Amino acid sequence: MENYLEEELIIRGIEINYLYVCKTKLWYFVRGITMEQESDFVDLGKFLHEKSYFGEEKEVQIGSIKIDFIKKRDIIEIHEIKKGKVMEKAHIMQALYYIYYLNKLGMKAKAILHYPKLKEIKEIELKENDKEEIKRAIKEIEHIKSLKEPPEPVYQKICKNCAYYELCFI
Amino acid sequence: MRKKSLTLLSDGYLFRRENTIYFENARGKKPLAIEGIYDIYIYGKVSISSQALHYLAQKGIAVHFFNHYGYYDGSFYPRESLHSGYLVVNQVEHYLDKDKRLELAKLFVIGGIKNMEWNLSKFKNKTKFDSYIEELDNCNKITEVMNVEGRVRTEYYRLWDETLPDDFKIVKRTRRPPKNEMNALISFLNSRLYPAIITELYNTQLTPTVSYLHEPHERRFSLALDLSEIFKPMIADRLANRLVKQNIIQKKHFRDDLNGVLLNKEGMKVVLEHFNKEMDKTVHHPKLKKNVSKRRLIRLEAYKLVKHLVRQKRYEPLVAWF
Ligand code: SF4
Repeated sequence: MENYLEEELIIRGIEINYLYVCKTKLWYFVRGITMEQESDFVDLGKFLHEKSYFGEEKEVQIGSIKIDFIKKRDIIEIHEIKKGKVMEKAHIMQALYYIYYLNKLGMKAKAILHYPKLKEIKEIELKENDKEEIKRAIKEIEHIKSLKEPPEPVYQKICKNCAYYELCFI
Repeated sequence: MRKKSLTLLSDGYLFRRENTIYFENARGKKPLAIEGIYDIYIYGKVSISSQALHYLAQKGIAVHFFNHYGYYDGSFYPRESLHSGYLVVNQVEHYLDKDKRLELAKLFVIGGIKNMEWNLSKFKNKTKFDSYIEELDNCNKITEVMNVEGRVRTEYYRLWDETLPDDFKIVKRTRRPPKNEMNALISFLNSRLYPAIITELYNTQLTPTVSYLHEPHERRFSLALDLSEIFKPMIADRLANRLVKQNIIQKKHFRDDLNGVLLNKEGMKVVLEHFNKEMDKTVHHPKLKKNVSKRRLIRLEAYKLVKHLVRQKRYEPLVAWF
Protein backbone atom coordinates (compact mmCIF):
# COMPACT_ATOMS: atom_id res chain seq x y z
CA MET A 1 0.00 0.00 0.00
CA GLU A 2 1.43 3.33 -1.00
CA ASN A 3 1.64 6.10 1.52
CA TYR A 4 -0.73 8.43 -0.22
CA LEU A 5 -3.33 5.71 -0.25
CA GLU A 6 -3.21 5.45 3.52
CA GLU A 7 -3.61 9.17 3.76
CA GLU A 8 -6.58 9.09 1.45
CA LEU A 9 -8.32 6.56 3.63
CA ILE A 10 -8.01 8.78 6.67
CA ILE A 11 -8.67 12.15 5.07
CA ARG A 12 -11.47 11.01 2.81
CA GLY A 13 -13.17 9.22 5.68
CA ILE A 14 -13.36 12.48 7.57
CA GLU A 15 -14.29 14.44 4.46
CA ILE A 16 -17.16 12.07 3.72
CA ASN A 17 -18.31 12.47 7.29
CA TYR A 18 -18.09 16.27 7.15
CA LEU A 19 -19.93 16.34 3.84
CA TYR A 20 -22.98 15.00 5.61
CA VAL A 21 -22.47 17.06 8.76
CA CYS A 22 -21.71 20.51 7.40
CA LYS A 23 -20.35 21.81 4.12
CA THR A 24 -18.83 24.90 5.69
CA LYS A 25 -16.81 22.70 8.01
CA LEU A 26 -15.74 20.56 5.08
CA TRP A 27 -14.62 23.59 3.09
CA TYR A 28 -12.50 24.97 5.93
CA PHE A 29 -11.10 21.56 6.75
CA VAL A 30 -9.88 20.80 3.23
CA ARG A 31 -8.24 24.24 3.08
CA GLY A 32 -6.18 23.38 6.12
CA ILE A 33 -8.13 25.74 8.33
CA THR A 34 -8.69 23.36 11.19
CA MET A 35 -9.52 23.96 14.80
CA GLU A 36 -7.35 22.91 17.71
CA GLN A 37 -8.37 19.35 18.47
CA GLU A 38 -8.97 18.24 14.92
CA SER A 39 -5.42 17.50 13.95
CA ASP A 40 -4.24 14.17 15.29
CA PHE A 41 -5.21 11.19 13.23
CA VAL A 42 -3.78 7.83 14.02
CA ASP A 43 -2.19 6.19 11.05
CA LEU A 44 -4.86 3.73 10.05
CA GLY A 45 -3.04 2.70 6.92
CA LYS A 46 0.02 1.71 8.87
CA PHE A 47 -2.11 -0.32 11.17
CA LEU A 48 -3.66 -2.23 8.32
CA HIS A 49 -0.23 -2.84 6.94
CA GLU A 50 1.42 -4.29 10.00
CA LYS A 51 0.87 -8.02 9.97
CA SER A 52 1.42 -8.33 13.68
CA TYR A 53 -1.93 -6.72 14.37
CA PHE A 54 -3.89 -9.14 12.31
CA GLY A 55 -5.98 -11.44 14.38
CA GLU A 56 -5.89 -9.01 17.23
CA GLU A 57 -8.31 -6.45 18.46
CA LYS A 58 -6.95 -2.97 18.20
CA GLU A 59 -8.44 0.37 18.91
CA VAL A 60 -7.83 3.01 16.30
CA GLN A 61 -8.80 6.61 16.61
CA ILE A 62 -9.50 8.62 13.49
CA GLY A 63 -10.37 12.17 14.29
CA SER A 64 -13.25 11.92 16.70
CA ILE A 65 -14.16 8.40 15.66
CA LYS A 66 -13.03 5.36 17.51
CA ILE A 67 -12.60 2.17 15.56
CA ASP A 68 -11.90 -1.38 16.62
CA PHE A 69 -10.52 -3.64 14.00
CA ILE A 70 -10.93 -7.35 14.25
CA LYS A 71 -9.68 -9.63 11.60
CA LYS A 72 -12.04 -12.54 11.32
CA ARG A 73 -11.07 -15.03 8.69
CA ASP A 74 -11.14 -12.94 5.51
CA ILE A 75 -13.33 -10.18 6.77
CA ILE A 76 -12.28 -7.00 8.53
CA GLU A 77 -14.83 -5.73 10.94
CA ILE A 78 -14.95 -2.03 11.58
CA HIS A 79 -16.51 -1.31 14.94
CA GLU A 80 -17.43 2.22 15.78
CA ILE A 81 -18.83 3.33 19.07
CA LYS A 82 -21.20 6.29 18.80
CA LYS A 83 -22.79 8.52 21.37
CA GLY A 84 -26.01 9.16 19.54
CA LYS A 85 -27.75 9.22 16.23
CA VAL A 86 -27.69 12.94 15.56
CA MET A 87 -25.09 12.43 12.87
CA GLU A 88 -26.09 8.92 11.91
CA LYS A 89 -26.04 9.49 8.18
CA ALA A 90 -22.51 10.88 8.38
CA HIS A 91 -21.33 7.89 10.43
CA ILE A 92 -22.89 5.40 8.06
CA MET A 93 -21.41 7.07 5.01
CA GLN A 94 -18.00 7.23 6.61
CA ALA A 95 -18.17 3.52 7.48
CA LEU A 96 -19.36 2.70 3.97
CA TYR A 97 -16.42 4.62 2.58
CA TYR A 98 -13.98 2.55 4.64
CA ILE A 99 -15.56 -0.65 3.37
CA TYR A 100 -15.55 0.65 -0.18
CA TYR A 101 -11.93 1.59 0.13
CA LEU A 102 -10.82 -1.67 1.70
CA ASN A 103 -12.71 -3.53 -1.03
CA LYS A 104 -10.76 -1.64 -3.63
CA LEU A 105 -7.58 -2.84 -1.96
CA GLY A 106 -8.83 -6.38 -2.17
CA MET A 107 -10.00 -6.77 1.42
CA LYS A 108 -13.44 -7.78 2.48
CA ALA A 109 -14.96 -5.70 5.22
CA LYS A 110 -18.10 -4.77 7.04
CA ALA A 111 -18.89 -2.24 9.71
CA ILE A 112 -20.77 -2.32 12.96
CA LEU A 113 -21.97 0.84 14.64
CA HIS A 114 -22.55 0.60 18.36
CA TYR A 115 -24.90 2.87 20.23
CA PRO A 116 -24.34 1.82 23.83
CA LYS A 117 -26.62 4.53 25.21
CA LEU A 118 -29.46 3.39 23.01
CA LYS A 119 -28.52 -0.28 23.44
CA GLU A 120 -28.51 -0.64 19.69
CA ILE A 121 -26.22 -2.10 17.09
CA LYS A 122 -26.27 -1.45 13.39
CA GLU A 123 -24.57 -3.66 10.85
CA ILE A 124 -23.43 -2.06 7.67
CA GLU A 125 -22.56 -3.72 4.43
CA LEU A 126 -21.70 -2.13 1.18
CA LYS A 127 -24.38 -2.59 -1.46
CA GLU A 128 -24.23 -1.69 -5.13
CA ASN A 129 -26.25 1.52 -4.69
CA ASP A 130 -24.02 2.54 -1.76
CA LYS A 131 -21.07 2.44 -4.10
CA GLU A 132 -22.86 4.87 -6.35
CA GLU A 133 -23.60 7.17 -3.44
CA ILE A 134 -19.97 7.08 -2.32
CA LYS A 135 -18.85 8.01 -5.80
CA ARG A 136 -21.34 10.86 -5.83
CA ALA A 137 -20.16 11.99 -2.41
CA ILE A 138 -16.54 12.04 -3.57
CA LYS A 139 -17.56 14.14 -6.56
CA GLU A 140 -19.38 16.56 -4.32
CA ILE A 141 -16.37 16.83 -2.04
CA GLU A 142 -14.28 17.70 -5.08
CA HIS A 143 -16.84 20.33 -5.97
CA ILE A 144 -16.85 21.89 -2.50
CA LYS A 145 -13.07 21.84 -2.49
CA SER A 146 -13.06 23.85 -5.69
CA LEU A 147 -15.38 26.57 -4.38
CA LYS A 148 -13.65 29.96 -4.14
CA GLU A 149 -15.66 30.94 -1.11
CA PRO A 150 -16.75 28.86 1.88
CA PRO A 151 -20.40 27.84 1.93
CA GLU A 152 -22.35 30.21 4.18
CA PRO A 153 -22.67 28.68 7.66
CA VAL A 154 -26.23 27.73 8.53
CA TYR A 155 -26.99 27.45 12.20
CA GLN A 156 -28.09 23.99 13.33
CA LYS A 157 -28.21 22.36 16.74
CA ILE A 158 -24.79 20.75 16.44
CA CYS A 159 -23.11 24.13 15.88
CA LYS A 160 -23.03 24.82 19.60
CA ASN A 161 -20.60 21.98 20.16
CA CYS A 162 -18.69 22.39 16.93
CA ALA A 163 -15.06 23.51 17.11
CA TYR A 164 -15.79 25.95 14.27
CA TYR A 165 -18.62 27.69 16.09
CA GLU A 166 -16.74 30.92 16.83
CA LEU A 167 -15.28 31.12 13.35
CA CYS A 168 -18.67 30.61 11.74
CA PHE A 169 -20.77 32.94 13.80
CA ILE A 170 -18.51 35.80 14.81
CA MET B 1 -9.39 23.81 34.10
CA ARG B 2 -9.32 27.25 32.52
CA LYS B 3 -5.83 27.99 31.29
CA LYS B 4 -4.14 31.13 32.53
CA SER B 5 -1.22 33.24 31.51
CA LEU B 6 1.70 32.75 33.86
CA THR B 7 3.80 35.78 34.81
CA LEU B 8 7.26 35.39 36.33
CA LEU B 9 8.45 38.62 37.91
CA SER B 10 11.19 37.34 40.19
CA ASP B 11 14.58 35.97 39.26
CA GLY B 12 14.91 32.22 39.20
CA TYR B 13 15.27 29.00 37.35
CA LEU B 14 12.69 27.17 35.24
CA PHE B 15 13.33 23.48 34.75
CA ARG B 16 11.67 20.17 34.11
CA ARG B 17 11.76 17.08 36.25
CA GLU B 18 9.81 14.13 34.93
CA ASN B 19 6.54 15.54 33.72
CA THR B 20 6.51 18.62 35.86
CA ILE B 21 7.84 22.11 35.28
CA TYR B 22 9.29 23.79 38.38
CA PHE B 23 10.09 27.39 39.07
CA GLU B 24 12.76 27.84 41.67
CA ASN B 25 13.67 31.17 43.21
CA ALA B 26 15.03 32.55 46.48
CA ARG B 27 11.78 31.60 48.19
CA GLY B 28 11.86 27.98 47.16
CA LYS B 29 10.77 25.53 44.49
CA LYS B 30 7.26 25.52 43.07
CA PRO B 31 5.71 22.98 40.70
CA LEU B 32 3.63 24.46 37.89
CA ALA B 33 0.62 22.58 36.58
CA ILE B 34 1.39 22.56 32.88
CA GLU B 35 -2.18 21.79 31.85
CA GLY B 36 -3.27 25.08 33.38
CA ILE B 37 -0.76 27.27 31.53
CA TYR B 38 -1.86 29.20 28.47
CA ASP B 39 1.38 31.09 27.87
CA ILE B 40 4.27 32.46 29.94
CA TYR B 41 5.53 36.03 30.41
CA ILE B 42 9.01 36.39 31.89
CA TYR B 43 10.04 39.71 33.44
CA GLY B 44 12.63 38.50 35.92
CA LYS B 45 16.10 37.20 35.22
CA VAL B 46 15.14 33.62 34.58
CA SER B 47 17.28 30.73 33.37
CA ILE B 48 15.40 28.03 31.52
CA SER B 49 16.67 24.52 30.97
CA SER B 50 16.44 23.20 27.45
CA GLN B 51 14.41 20.30 28.81
CA ALA B 52 11.82 22.74 30.09
CA LEU B 53 11.73 24.47 26.71
CA HIS B 54 11.30 21.14 24.93
CA TYR B 55 8.40 20.31 27.16
CA LEU B 56 6.74 23.70 26.72
CA ALA B 57 7.16 23.41 22.96
CA GLN B 58 5.58 19.99 23.04
CA LYS B 59 2.61 21.38 24.90
CA GLY B 60 2.29 24.32 22.53
CA ILE B 61 3.02 26.93 25.21
CA ALA B 62 4.66 30.18 24.08
CA VAL B 63 7.16 31.97 26.31
CA HIS B 64 7.49 35.74 25.99
CA PHE B 65 10.54 37.60 27.33
CA PHE B 66 10.80 41.15 28.60
CA ASN B 67 13.90 43.20 29.31
CA HIS B 68 15.02 44.90 32.45
CA TYR B 69 12.76 47.88 31.75
CA GLY B 70 9.70 45.74 31.25
CA TYR B 71 9.69 45.99 27.46
CA TYR B 72 9.06 43.08 25.15
CA ASP B 73 12.20 41.38 23.93
CA GLY B 74 11.05 38.33 22.00
CA SER B 75 9.22 35.05 22.12
CA PHE B 76 9.97 31.40 22.12
CA TYR B 77 7.23 29.37 20.67
CA PRO B 78 6.75 25.91 19.30
CA ARG B 79 7.13 25.12 15.67
CA GLU B 80 3.96 26.11 13.85
CA SER B 81 1.59 23.20 14.01
CA LEU B 82 -1.43 24.60 12.20
CA HIS B 83 -0.80 25.09 8.53
CA SER B 84 -2.92 26.29 5.71
CA GLY B 85 -0.99 27.10 2.57
CA TYR B 86 -4.25 28.36 1.17
CA LEU B 87 -4.61 30.98 3.87
CA VAL B 88 -0.99 32.09 3.51
CA VAL B 89 -1.53 32.65 -0.21
CA ASN B 90 -4.66 34.67 0.51
CA GLN B 91 -2.93 36.70 3.18
CA VAL B 92 -0.15 37.59 0.77
CA GLU B 93 -2.58 38.30 -2.04
CA HIS B 94 -4.36 40.82 0.18
CA TYR B 95 -1.02 42.45 0.86
CA LEU B 96 0.11 42.60 -2.76
CA ASP B 97 -3.18 43.89 -4.12
CA LYS B 98 -3.03 47.60 -3.34
CA ASP B 99 -6.77 48.06 -2.92
CA LYS B 100 -7.23 45.01 -0.76
CA ARG B 101 -4.35 46.07 1.43
CA LEU B 102 -5.65 49.63 1.77
CA GLU B 103 -9.10 48.37 2.70
CA LEU B 104 -7.76 46.28 5.56
CA ALA B 105 -5.34 48.98 6.72
CA LYS B 106 -8.20 51.46 6.88
CA LEU B 107 -10.40 49.02 8.76
CA PHE B 108 -7.76 48.55 11.44
CA VAL B 109 -7.39 52.30 11.82
CA ILE B 110 -11.17 52.80 11.90
CA GLY B 111 -11.37 50.17 14.64
CA GLY B 112 -8.71 52.04 16.59
CA ILE B 113 -10.43 55.39 16.12
CA LYS B 114 -13.84 54.07 17.20
CA ASN B 115 -12.34 52.54 20.28
CA MET B 116 -10.57 55.77 21.15
CA GLU B 117 -13.89 57.55 20.75
CA TRP B 118 -15.53 55.04 23.02
CA ASN B 119 -12.83 55.57 25.63
CA LEU B 120 -13.31 59.32 25.55
CA SER B 121 -17.04 58.93 26.05
CA LYS B 122 -16.26 56.75 29.06
CA PHE B 123 -13.93 59.49 30.29
CA LYS B 124 -16.84 61.93 29.85
CA ASN B 125 -15.82 63.55 26.61
CA LYS B 126 -18.19 63.26 23.71
CA THR B 127 -15.85 64.18 20.87
CA LYS B 128 -16.46 62.32 17.63
CA PHE B 129 -13.78 61.60 15.09
CA ASP B 130 -16.11 61.33 12.11
CA SER B 131 -14.17 63.87 10.06
CA TYR B 132 -11.04 61.75 10.35
CA ILE B 133 -12.92 58.68 9.21
CA GLU B 134 -14.12 60.64 6.20
CA GLU B 135 -10.56 61.66 5.52
CA LEU B 136 -9.55 58.02 5.57
CA ASP B 137 -12.00 57.38 2.78
CA ASN B 138 -9.94 59.53 0.46
CA CYS B 139 -6.57 58.06 1.37
CA ASN B 140 -4.84 56.26 -1.46
CA LYS B 141 -1.64 55.35 0.26
CA ILE B 142 -0.75 53.53 3.44
CA THR B 143 1.38 56.50 4.53
CA GLU B 144 -1.68 58.74 4.28
CA VAL B 145 -3.67 56.28 6.39
CA MET B 146 -0.88 56.26 8.94
CA ASN B 147 -0.85 60.02 8.94
CA VAL B 148 -4.57 60.25 9.77
CA GLU B 149 -4.09 57.68 12.48
CA GLY B 150 -1.27 59.72 13.97
CA ARG B 151 -3.31 62.91 14.03
CA VAL B 152 -6.31 61.23 15.65
CA ARG B 153 -4.05 59.80 18.28
CA THR B 154 -2.55 63.18 19.11
CA GLU B 155 -6.02 64.66 19.45
CA TYR B 156 -7.15 61.70 21.52
CA TYR B 157 -4.29 62.07 23.98
CA ARG B 158 -4.96 65.76 24.29
CA LEU B 159 -8.63 65.16 25.12
CA TRP B 160 -7.89 62.27 27.42
CA ASP B 161 -5.35 64.44 29.21
CA GLU B 162 -8.09 66.89 30.19
CA THR B 163 -9.59 64.17 32.32
CA LEU B 164 -6.38 62.91 33.91
CA PRO B 165 -5.05 64.03 37.31
CA ASP B 166 -2.18 66.53 37.18
CA ASP B 167 0.44 64.02 38.22
CA PHE B 168 -0.49 61.76 35.34
CA LYS B 169 -0.81 63.96 32.30
CA ILE B 170 0.39 62.40 29.09
CA VAL B 171 1.22 65.91 27.84
CA LYS B 172 3.16 64.79 24.85
CA ARG B 173 3.07 61.13 24.16
CA THR B 174 6.74 60.24 23.96
CA ARG B 175 8.03 56.88 22.90
CA ARG B 176 11.01 55.17 24.36
CA PRO B 177 12.27 56.27 26.73
CA PRO B 178 9.09 57.61 28.30
CA LYS B 179 9.57 61.01 29.88
CA ASN B 180 6.72 60.84 32.35
CA GLU B 181 4.66 58.42 34.39
CA MET B 182 1.60 58.08 32.19
CA ASN B 183 3.72 57.48 29.13
CA ALA B 184 5.68 54.86 31.00
CA LEU B 185 2.49 53.15 32.11
CA ILE B 186 0.92 53.11 28.64
CA SER B 187 4.10 51.87 27.01
CA PHE B 188 4.49 49.12 29.57
CA LEU B 189 0.93 47.93 28.98
CA ASN B 190 1.26 48.03 25.21
CA SER B 191 4.42 46.04 25.52
CA ARG B 192 2.56 43.39 27.48
CA LEU B 193 -0.40 43.36 25.11
CA TYR B 194 1.62 42.81 21.95
CA PRO B 195 2.89 39.29 22.79
CA ALA B 196 -0.60 38.37 24.05
CA ILE B 197 -1.79 39.05 20.51
CA ILE B 198 1.09 36.98 19.17
CA THR B 199 -0.06 34.04 21.28
CA GLU B 200 -3.55 34.29 19.80
CA LEU B 201 -2.26 34.51 16.24
CA TYR B 202 -0.06 31.54 16.92
CA ASN B 203 -3.20 29.53 17.66
CA THR B 204 -4.64 30.23 14.23
CA GLN B 205 -3.45 29.54 10.69
CA LEU B 206 -2.69 33.21 10.15
CA THR B 207 0.91 34.09 9.40
CA PRO B 208 1.88 36.75 11.94
CA THR B 209 4.48 38.32 9.67
CA VAL B 210 2.16 39.32 6.83
CA SER B 211 0.39 42.55 7.72
CA TYR B 212 -1.52 45.40 6.11
CA LEU B 213 -1.32 48.65 8.02
CA HIS B 214 2.23 48.04 9.17
CA GLU B 215 4.90 46.97 6.74
CA PRO B 216 5.77 43.30 7.05
CA HIS B 217 9.44 44.18 7.39
CA GLU B 218 8.87 46.67 10.14
CA ARG B 219 8.98 44.10 12.88
CA ARG B 220 8.75 40.39 12.94
CA PHE B 221 5.12 39.96 13.95
CA SER B 222 3.64 42.97 12.25
CA LEU B 223 0.17 41.46 12.01
CA ALA B 224 0.05 41.64 15.80
CA LEU B 225 0.78 45.36 15.46
CA ASP B 226 -2.16 45.72 13.07
CA LEU B 227 -4.48 44.08 15.56
CA SER B 228 -3.07 46.11 18.42
CA GLU B 229 -4.62 49.22 16.84
CA ILE B 230 -7.92 47.91 18.12
CA PHE B 231 -6.82 46.45 21.42
CA LYS B 232 -4.47 49.17 22.63
CA PRO B 233 -7.28 51.62 23.38
CA MET B 234 -9.71 48.90 24.38
CA ILE B 235 -7.45 47.15 26.84
CA ALA B 236 -4.25 49.07 27.60
CA ASP B 237 -5.55 52.65 27.65
CA ARG B 238 -8.65 51.87 29.64
CA LEU B 239 -6.68 49.95 32.20
CA ALA B 240 -4.08 52.73 32.48
CA ASN B 241 -6.86 55.24 32.99
CA ARG B 242 -8.47 53.18 35.71
CA LEU B 243 -5.22 52.46 37.51
CA VAL B 244 -4.38 56.14 37.96
CA LYS B 245 -7.87 57.48 38.51
CA GLN B 246 -8.56 54.90 41.19
CA ASN B 247 -5.21 55.65 42.77
CA ILE B 248 -4.05 52.07 42.36
CA ILE B 249 -0.93 53.25 40.60
CA GLN B 250 0.79 56.20 42.23
CA LYS B 251 3.94 58.24 41.90
CA LYS B 252 5.75 55.84 44.22
CA HIS B 253 5.40 53.07 41.65
CA PHE B 254 7.85 54.76 39.31
CA ARG B 255 11.55 55.40 39.27
CA ASP B 256 13.83 57.72 37.34
CA ASP B 257 16.43 56.11 35.23
CA LEU B 258 18.95 57.32 32.69
CA ASN B 259 16.45 55.82 30.28
CA GLY B 260 13.60 58.00 31.43
CA VAL B 261 10.73 57.37 33.81
CA LEU B 262 9.97 53.70 34.38
CA LEU B 263 7.73 51.56 36.51
CA ASN B 264 9.60 50.05 39.43
CA LYS B 265 9.34 46.40 40.44
CA GLU B 266 6.39 46.99 42.72
CA GLY B 267 4.68 49.07 40.04
CA MET B 268 5.16 46.36 37.44
CA LYS B 269 3.73 43.80 39.81
CA VAL B 270 0.58 45.78 40.46
CA VAL B 271 0.07 46.59 36.79
CA LEU B 272 0.60 43.01 35.67
CA GLU B 273 -1.80 41.67 38.27
CA HIS B 274 -4.48 44.00 37.01
CA PHE B 275 -3.65 43.28 33.40
CA ASN B 276 -4.00 39.52 33.87
CA LYS B 277 -7.30 39.98 35.65
CA GLU B 278 -8.50 42.28 32.91
CA MET B 279 -7.69 39.74 30.20
CA ASP B 280 -9.61 37.02 32.03
CA LYS B 281 -12.67 39.21 32.54
CA THR B 282 -15.60 38.13 30.43
CA VAL B 283 -18.21 40.06 28.54
CA HIS B 284 -21.37 38.80 26.94
CA HIS B 285 -20.93 38.52 23.20
CA PRO B 286 -24.17 39.45 21.45
CA LYS B 287 -23.33 37.61 18.23
CA LEU B 288 -22.02 34.41 19.77
CA LYS B 289 -24.58 34.56 22.56
CA LYS B 290 -22.12 33.50 25.19
CA ASN B 291 -19.54 35.01 27.53
CA VAL B 292 -16.03 35.45 26.21
CA SER B 293 -12.91 36.73 27.93
CA LYS B 294 -11.16 39.85 26.68
CA ARG B 295 -8.27 37.66 25.70
CA ARG B 296 -10.64 35.58 23.59
CA LEU B 297 -11.80 38.74 21.85
CA ILE B 298 -8.35 38.90 20.29
CA ARG B 299 -8.74 35.38 18.91
CA LEU B 300 -12.18 36.24 17.58
CA GLU B 301 -10.67 39.22 15.80
CA ALA B 302 -8.20 36.85 14.16
CA TYR B 303 -11.09 34.61 13.06
CA LYS B 304 -12.82 37.61 11.53
CA LEU B 305 -9.68 38.32 9.59
CA VAL B 306 -9.58 34.71 8.37
CA LYS B 307 -13.13 35.07 7.13
CA HIS B 308 -12.25 38.26 5.31
CA LEU B 309 -9.25 36.64 3.67
CA VAL B 310 -11.25 33.64 2.44
CA ARG B 311 -14.00 36.03 1.31
CA GLN B 312 -16.65 34.73 3.60
CA LYS B 313 -17.37 38.01 5.32
CA ARG B 314 -15.89 41.47 5.18
CA TYR B 315 -13.79 42.29 8.21
CA GLU B 316 -15.46 44.61 10.64
CA PRO B 317 -13.23 45.78 13.44
CA LEU B 318 -14.35 45.17 16.97
CA VAL B 319 -15.65 48.24 18.74
CA ALA B 320 -16.11 47.92 22.47
CA TRP B 321 -19.69 47.75 23.61
CA PHE B 322 -18.75 47.21 27.26
S1 SF4 C 1 -20.47 25.69 13.59
FE1 SF4 C 1 -22.16 24.88 12.44
S2 SF4 C 1 -21.97 25.89 10.46
FE2 SF4 C 1 -20.01 26.10 11.46
S3 SF4 C 1 -18.78 24.39 10.81
FE3 SF4 C 1 -19.75 23.79 12.70
S4 SF4 C 1 -21.60 22.75 12.09
FE4 SF4 C 1 -20.91 23.93 10.32
